[in-house]
Amino acid sequence: MRKITIEPITRVEGHGKVTIKLDDNNQVVQSRLHIVEFRGFERFVQGRPFWEAPVLVQRLCGICPVSHQLCASKAMDVIVGTSSGELTATADKMRRLMHYGQFFQSHVLHFFHLASPDLLFGVNSDPLKRNIIGVIGAFPEIAKKAVLMRKFGQVVIHLTAGKKIHGTGAIPGGVNKRLTPEERDQLLVGTPEFNVDLMVDWIQEGLELFKGYHKKNHEFIDGFAAFSSNYLSLVRKDGALDLYHGVLRAVDSDGAKIFDQVDYQNYSDYITEEVRSWTYMKFPHIISLGSEKGWYRVGPLARLNTCDFIPTPLAQKEFEQYKAYTQGKPNGMSMHMHWARLIEALHAIEMIRELLKDPDIIHGELVKTGERSGEGVGVLEAPRGTLFHHYRVDQNDQITLCNLIVSTTSNNEAMNRGVTWVAQKVINGHKEIPEGMLNQVEVAIRAYDPCLSCATHAVGQMPLELVLQDLDGNQLDRRIKNVGDFDGAGT
Amino acid sequence: MEQGQISLTIDGKECVAKEGQSIVQAARENGLFIPTLCDFRSLSPAGTCRVCTVKVGGRFVPGCTSPAVNGMVVENETAELTDLRRALVEMLIVEGNHMCPSCEKSGNCELQELAHHYRIVVPRYPFLFPVQKVEARMAHLFIEHKRCIQCLRCVRGVRAKDGHEIFGFMRRGSDVRITVDVTDPEAVSEATAKKAMEICPVGALIQKRVGFRVPIGQRRFDRKHEKDGKQL
Ligand code: SF4
Ligand code: SF4
Ligand code: FES
Repeated sequence: MRKITIEPITRVEGHGKVTIKLDDNNQVVQSRLHIVEFRGFERFVQGRPFWEAPVLVQRLCGICPVSHQLCASKAMDVIVGTSSGELTATADKMRRLMHYGQFFQSHVLHFFHLASPDLLFGVNSDPLKRNIIGVIGAFPEIAKKAVLMRKFGQVVIHLTAGKKIHGTGAIPGGVNKRLTPEERDQLLVGTPEFNVDLMVDWIQEGLELFKGYHKKNHEFIDGFAAFSSNYLSLVRKDGALDLYHGVLRAVDSDGAKIFDQVDYQNYSDYITEEVRSWTYMKFPHIISLGSEKGWYRVGPLARLNTCDFIPTPLAQKEFEQYKAYTQGKPNGMSMHMHWARLIEALHAIEMIRELLKDPDIIHGELVKTGERSGEGVGVLEAPRGTLFHHYRVDQNDQITLCNLIVSTTSNNEAMNRGVTWVAQKVINGHKEIPEGMLNQVEVAIRAYDPCLSCATHAVGQMPLELVLQDLDGNQLDRRIKNVGDFDGAGT
Repeated sequence: MEQGQISLTIDGKECVAKEGQSIVQAARENGLFIPTLCDFRSLSPAGTCRVCTVKVGGRFVPGCTSPAVNGMVVENETAELTDLRRALVEMLIVEGNHMCPSCEKSGNCELQELAHHYRIVVPRYPFLFPVQKVEARMAHLFIEHKRCIQCLRCVRGVRAKDGHEIFGFMRRGSDVRITVDVTDPEAVSEATAKKAMEICPVGALIQKRVGFRVPIGQRRFDRKHEKDGKQL
């Protein structure tokens, strides 16, 4: 049996590796994505005072600190005797503003920096041009808008959290600031080049860009790494898309509800994590379906599969088109993640516009507390998917237990399936690593925007090492793709 | 010169001070900056941190405990003293465990502010990473020993309602450890915890459950920097 190893080397978040096993007829028998996560964090938090958690845990991830801060704060809301659904109007809206700011900038980053080069130049174009630097050269207008959109999201975060990254806005039971009218007007009125209305227009241009590409490239967008699965996310009680707060809902590949209206304080009655010998990463699954069948996907694709509608008008219109494409059935096409992501970005910026016009972000009480409790769960939808934070706190206010399920962990099985899909398509029957293999594996993993690619976001490429071995572990073939160069055609 | 006044020079600047004032007080009154950490408003000086070190007659003396004397010539902002003070701040940093990004004193912390002032990015000394347990048993006060700089401001400045001392210390030198009687649940009231947090220059004494309530931008040194920025 042969073994192919693909190793994405990342600097910060963790270290990933793909191994593909071939039998003697060069048929793929198994492929696995190994991600070494920094699990020590859950221990690190133990003993710390609970009010420190939101600030501490945001260090977990360099790219979505806001999600961790808000999620820990939601858990701590319960500890201080309230719930995220019962906060003051000001606290709820300021936190939402921060969250939508994070969503907008994260989704814009992913689409324009990582995906748009393929779309603007075509996947078979000159690899040296097909990156964000190439986009800046050839499509300066689009590049400029992408940069300003991202900046807009960052300014929203800065004004709500006090800093662009690693701020302190959300605290147990509420927030520590409101916006001043001047701060609000920076976003609402802004300048002719930088205001919320422009952002709403620009993200719609991004959607048109995607849809135009989709029209011409159905086969790739619909076919690449497409498979069915279960889906999980928060939804608002009435079934609306809600990225910040709600109840848990899971649907199967036909759209039938596996569970619904679940209070996330009881998440562990519905979801459990399994440890497997070959990776540190856990495999969460839906208990009632068992570990084999119970795996699920989270993230943009999942959210648009679980929710019934989107509560902002422009995004709802796009959602209707999107749903019509699959006749209302759940969408399992991995590349449609980009489409879903853009619809969510549109929803996020519509929500930001709504919130900026709301007087509650200028006036009102910041914090609400009640009777102390010893255990709290926070759940929200991070850009990459459902995020769980679970804490126990003793009578001295020290954290005694911390359990986190991050979205990349939930998508673990799905990413493995994506890699398997590519391996079977591309490697079956080959003795050598085929041209384009690295790119295809990268595209399949990156659709989930996993944390292991965080460190390479800036240039939009995931460094990969792929090694082909024979039965005895001798190297037969090896390909490396560093940041800055591309591995031939591929996708 | 009026009765009770003296004159001295600090870095060549003619200064007028009141008799009995320390060099630090004299400098402040004349709009000059000498860094301090263990010195605190009305408290009698303890001279534990030495970041206020100045040079008088070729000798190093602590500015907070040395009285200003008529005709005195004080060196303050020389390259030598700046390096010495920076070294002292660096020592305090490596002797403790200072993770400013997750510390609730950040922005209100005098040690952080001095590190900022001296543009300390990487200390010249190796980090000691002391392992020190937190004291979390009191209802209103949390003690983070690993951030304590042994300035003894708490020992000198925090008293219970009836006047008795609350904080003490054991061991000596850089091993000094702040102690408090945790068996008496009444000893540290909410108000006392608040006072202790205010008096502590760093994030060692923490009033429970109020962390991060002051937003970035409105903390003590954020405001100072904003003002400085505007003046510039
Ligand atoms: S006490 Fe001051 S220097 Fe130490 S971690 Fe806290 S803010 Fe930083
Ligand atoms: S606890 Fe604070 S005030 Fe007391 S000695 Fe330590 S640093 Fe100084
Ligand atoms: S301030 Fe003078 S020795 Fe500390």
